Amino acid sequence: MFKKILIANRGEIACRVMRTAQRMGISTVAVHSEADALAPHVQMADEAVLIGPPPSSESYLLIDRIIEACKSTGAEAVHPGYGFLSENPAFCQALADAGIAFIGPDVPAIKAMGDKIESKKLAAKAGVSTVPGHIDVIKTAEEAVGIAEQIGFPVMIKASAGGGGKGMRIAWKADEVIDGFKSAASEAKSSFGDDRIFIEKYIVEPRHIEIQVLSDGQGTTLHLCERECSIQRRHQKVIEEAPSPFLDEATREKMGAEAIALADAVQYRSAGTVEFIVDKDRNFYFLEMNTRLQVEHPVTELITGVDLVEQMIRVAYGEKLSLTQKDIRINGWALESRVYAEDARRGFLPSIGRLTRYRPPVGMEHVRVDDGVAEGSEVSMFYDPMIAKLCSWGETRNQAIDRMRAALDGFVIRGVSHNMDFLAALVGHPRFAEGRLTTNFIAEEYPDGFQGRELTLEESGVLFAVAGFIHKARNDRNASISGQVPRHERGNRRDWVILMDGAPHAAHIASSDAATLVTIGNDTWTVESDWKIGDLLFSGRVNGKPVHVQIDIDGVGYRLTYAGAAFPVLVLSPKAAELYELMPEKVMADMSKMVLSPMPGLLSSVAVEEGDSVESGQVLCVIEAMKMENVIRSTVDGVVAKINAAAGDSLSVDQVIIEFE
Amino acid sequence: MQTIIQQLEEKRASARAGGGERRVAAQHAKGKLTARERIDLFLDEDSFEEWDMFVEHRSTDFGMADNRVSGDGVVTGHGTVNGRTVFVFSQDFTVFGGSLSEAHAEKICKIMDQAMKVGAPVIGLNDSGGARIQEGVASLAGYAEVFQRNVMASGVVPQISMIMGPCAGGAVYSPAMTDFIFMVKDTSYMFVTGPDVVKTVTHEEVTHEELGGAMTHSGKSGVAHAAFENDVEALLNLRRFVDFLPSNNREKPPVWKTDDPSERPELALDSLVPDNPNKPYDMKELILKMVDEGDFFEIQPDYAGNILTGFARMEGSTVGIVANQPMVLAGCLDIASSLKAARFVRFCDCFNIPIVTLVDVPGFLPGTSQEYNGIIKHGAKLLYAYAECTVPKVTLITRKAYGGAYDVMASKHLRGDVNYAWPTAEIAVMGPKGAVEIIFREDIGDAAKIAEREAEYRDKFANPFIAGQKGYIDDVILPRNTRRRVCRALAMLRNKKIENPWRKHGNIPL
Repeated sequence: MFKKILIANRGEIACRVMRTAQRMGISTVAVHSEADALAPHVQMADEAVLIGPPPSSESYLLIDRIIEACKSTGAEAVHPGYGFLSENPAFCQALADAGIAFIGPDVPAIKAMGDKIESKKLAAKAGVSTVPGHIDVIKTAEEAVGIAEQIGFPVMIKASAGGGGKGMRIAWKADEVIDGFKSAASEAKSSFGDDRIFIEKYIVEPRHIEIQVLSDGQGTTLHLCERECSIQRRHQKVIEEAPSPFLDEATREKMGAEAIALADAVQYRSAGTVEFIVDKDRNFYFLEMNTRLQVEHPVTELITGVDLVEQMIRVAYGEKLSLTQKDIRINGWALESRVYAEDARRGFLPSIGRLTRYRPPVGMEHVRVDDGVAEGSEVSMFYDPMIAKLCSWGETRNQAIDRMRAALDGFVIRGVSHNMDFLAALVGHPRFAEGRLTTNFIAEEYPDGFQGRELTLEESGVLFAVAGFIHKARNDRNASISGQVPRHERGNRRDWVILMDGAPHAAHIASSDAATLVTIGNDTWTVESDWKIGDLLFSGRVNGKPVHVQIDIDGVGYRLTYAGAAFPVLVLSPKAAELYELMPEKVMADMSKMVLSPMPGLLSSVAVEEGDSVESGQVLCVIEAMKMENVIRSTVDGVVAKINAAAGDSLSVDQVIIEFE
Repeated sequence: MQTIIQQLEEKRASARAGGGERRVAAQHAKGKLTARERIDLFLDEDSFEEWDMFVEHRSTDFGMADNRVSGDGVVTGHGTVNGRTVFVFSQDFTVFGGSLSEAHAEKICKIMDQAMKVGAPVIGLNDSGGARIQEGVASLAGYAEVFQRNVMASGVVPQISMIMGPCAGGAVYSPAMTDFIFMVKDTSYMFVTGPDVVKTVTHEEVTHEELGGAMTHSGKSGVAHAAFENDVEALLNLRRFVDFLPSNNREKPPVWKTDDPSERPELALDSLVPDNPNKPYDMKELILKMVDEGDFFEIQPDYAGNILTGFARMEGSTVGIVANQPMVLAGCLDIASSLKAARFVRFCDCFNIPIVTLVDVPGFLPGTSQEYNGIIKHGAKLLYAYAECTVPKVTLITRKAYGGAYDVMASKHLRGDVNYAWPTAEIAVMGPKGAVEIIFREDIGDAAKIAEREAEYRDKFANPFIAGQKGYIDDVILPRNTRRRVCRALAMLRNKKIENPWRKHGNIPL
């Protein structure tokens, strides 16, 4: 076996690969940029090599630097993780030339699968079902219309080099094909420098289901069942699971067989993923093959028990697979949620900053956390905003969902905005529970964005119970203050009003043995917890059921976060609550008429003047932050009333830059 | 007897009715509570002992003889907050607009005198149109009587003003002499002269809110120490605030139970100070991680953000925190921040509250505006306050402690009891760049040489060890252990006793 490997990546995937390497007794070498000098992947590795300044184009993407690092440390092989150089044939070639093993497939396979058109042709030749369409390059818009009519509407017009939604258009009739062809081509030209376009059938109610394959290049190719990744936002996966709630055994077998056929056709040697699009009748069509370890590989590991990284390392070393297809069985169900540093409630705006609090729910039963950050880590603008991958396993899908919901409730992150409330809302969605997924799930269920989840009655009850518990704990403690007038000490009140999100609820809060009883109307909750004042996470039992609620104490009030919802809470005496009714409701400033700075930075230019009419999408100003230019565009049509900052000003987050009339 | 009791009941009912239903409704319509409702919310339930309910004014001019209301526009008395005695007066805007008459002033003076005798805080809930004009100079005399008592009580019992309505003209000077002024947003304002006079004299057009609202005074003028959303939240926060304070200058600060372990390590503090000395970080993170339960009552959060001041607890007992904030103006000292911190330090010293000072200060803010406005004099106030104070002083230098500002920020030389530094501390006369340009002036043209000198200077001074060699720093501590080390220092200092020489009073550079 290799004695030492280098991981040409950062963050969670670098840590993930190192964990397996260390278990296998292989020494590890990390590479890092200046920004990552203290990052967990650096601390975890046996050796670390600085390869450049923070931007990845000057560090993690520099082939020469990584090869140099291999040579200087004596690493025999490189695991590329995902992203960065993981599917770069030039990198593999350079490694091969330097006599260093690449833990991944061979150059021809990467090249063959790297081109969308080439890979389709290869797939069709290997007998893999592909989306009905025209896989040759189309030259003119007129030709495109003819082809579209042949395939049948709706059709998808796609850039050959495209990805991430760029250079993609849907057309439902002929003239839309003409427009779509032109705009897709020009977008592809500017984004990828490649305006080759092809057309295929547009799939209605599509699901994204992919097959994990593993081949040793020595005659054994296996599939490790499927992952469903239909929950996507703008073509970025958000929640993945294995197995798919949609596939039957026969379809799984067929998809697996085709995936293996394709892998064999390109003499694949490593772990890879064959992505399919599946329509509502379980027809499946090949999309592309990813010649690397996928982000969402843990769900496959959780249901098959196979460590994919270990298998990749063994295959790269030249070992034959010791597994056979018969060894691959689906055990239970697994989910993965991608925790991103983005503010779901503000249009998924990316957030940067220091993780002032970071407590992942490690130790929760059947929860796996793959992360590459620690408390105090910096989420920077230079890299992917993913903070962690949170996975859960259960014997059934419902159990896995329940465990995921608990894990999301118990995951404490402060300092940067994150999407955990949105993830909790997704896995708590009835349609998700039913497994009625399509790649349009998010667009359909949250057409106007996300503003927090509406709680069920039972869930609201948990919040009342917890609010009552923490307030009692705090009130009892405060009554222990020294200097009280003897015999006039503070008594313990039992009648309270819980003001949740502004709505009052009369509550009786009392203790009974080690528990607190919270009663509202005819409902009584028994709350048990060893929560201490100041803890951000309340873990305990409400009516015997374990719950995790996050608690931020804000002066005299609280902010409770649970199950995808967050509410301000005040607990008042009945008298105070009565008087609170008299308090004027403060109108929040109308932020829709303001342009706020999404990040701290320098206002480098303002493109409009007071009195200008602007259209939605028009450039308003440019903010420079962390050496990146961020173009701020108008989200509304309107007239600029006031500009509050000038070019050269430094901005704080949420500072009002422009006000509209 | 029966009739007397009936009479008493009637008098009580009439006093409790204040200015009558119509005026009470008008008060509520403005989003304001009545004087009695406010007292009910502020004090422990049923603890209020009212005084002078039957006091009436003695004025006969301008038809006032027939216009009397029991209590005369202010409700006074004592009660408890969390079981501890406080005195309170609450002006009643529904009675003569809460205006201050001779009798009204006498009621306030009476509870102030009593509060001084028993050593309990005085809390004023201000909501008054100003002087009772019908009474003329008698009303002015009333103000002055209150002012004199404010001054006598200063440093003896805590005095807190909560501005919950208008407070204009001479009336502002009583709150101004109390220890803390809090305001309610949108419904309170304070100014010496109102918008009408301002317009006549200076031709400035300005609203009440802009001239003297809660945001103006908590953000711009620094007159107020905090602003709250509404009456209820303001009064609940006032209760929370009183829990931090000792009742008088002979008492130690109150203590309560806490389950927050004093040994709690905070690993991420090790990475709080960035590698780049010019990169800011949020000092508040250190405060929140160091103190009990992350509970910090910030004083003047919206004013002079380059210094943080506020109350917290360590091992259950109140401490005052003063901290440079690198996020704002690099944490430098300027006029506003010096004034803010100086007054806070003096309050803590008056009331036996230990001071924890967190230092990351690049120096005083340069510029003509600072010099012309007297940074010399105002900066001296903070220096004076720290040097004069005798309460336990624990100081921690996290990063920069440059120049005179190093001396000012509770250094060893100003009788700092325990002075710690993090390994990232840089204690020097100035930053390496500036220092090298002065010491090696002849090399300024030679970039390479300057860089070399700079590195040399950095090696020598950009660390806590020179100061450590001289004993100016008692120990270099790991950031993660800050809470434990500061708790231990404070525990050791529990019985600290030093006295300044006898004098009538010092002469702080006002």
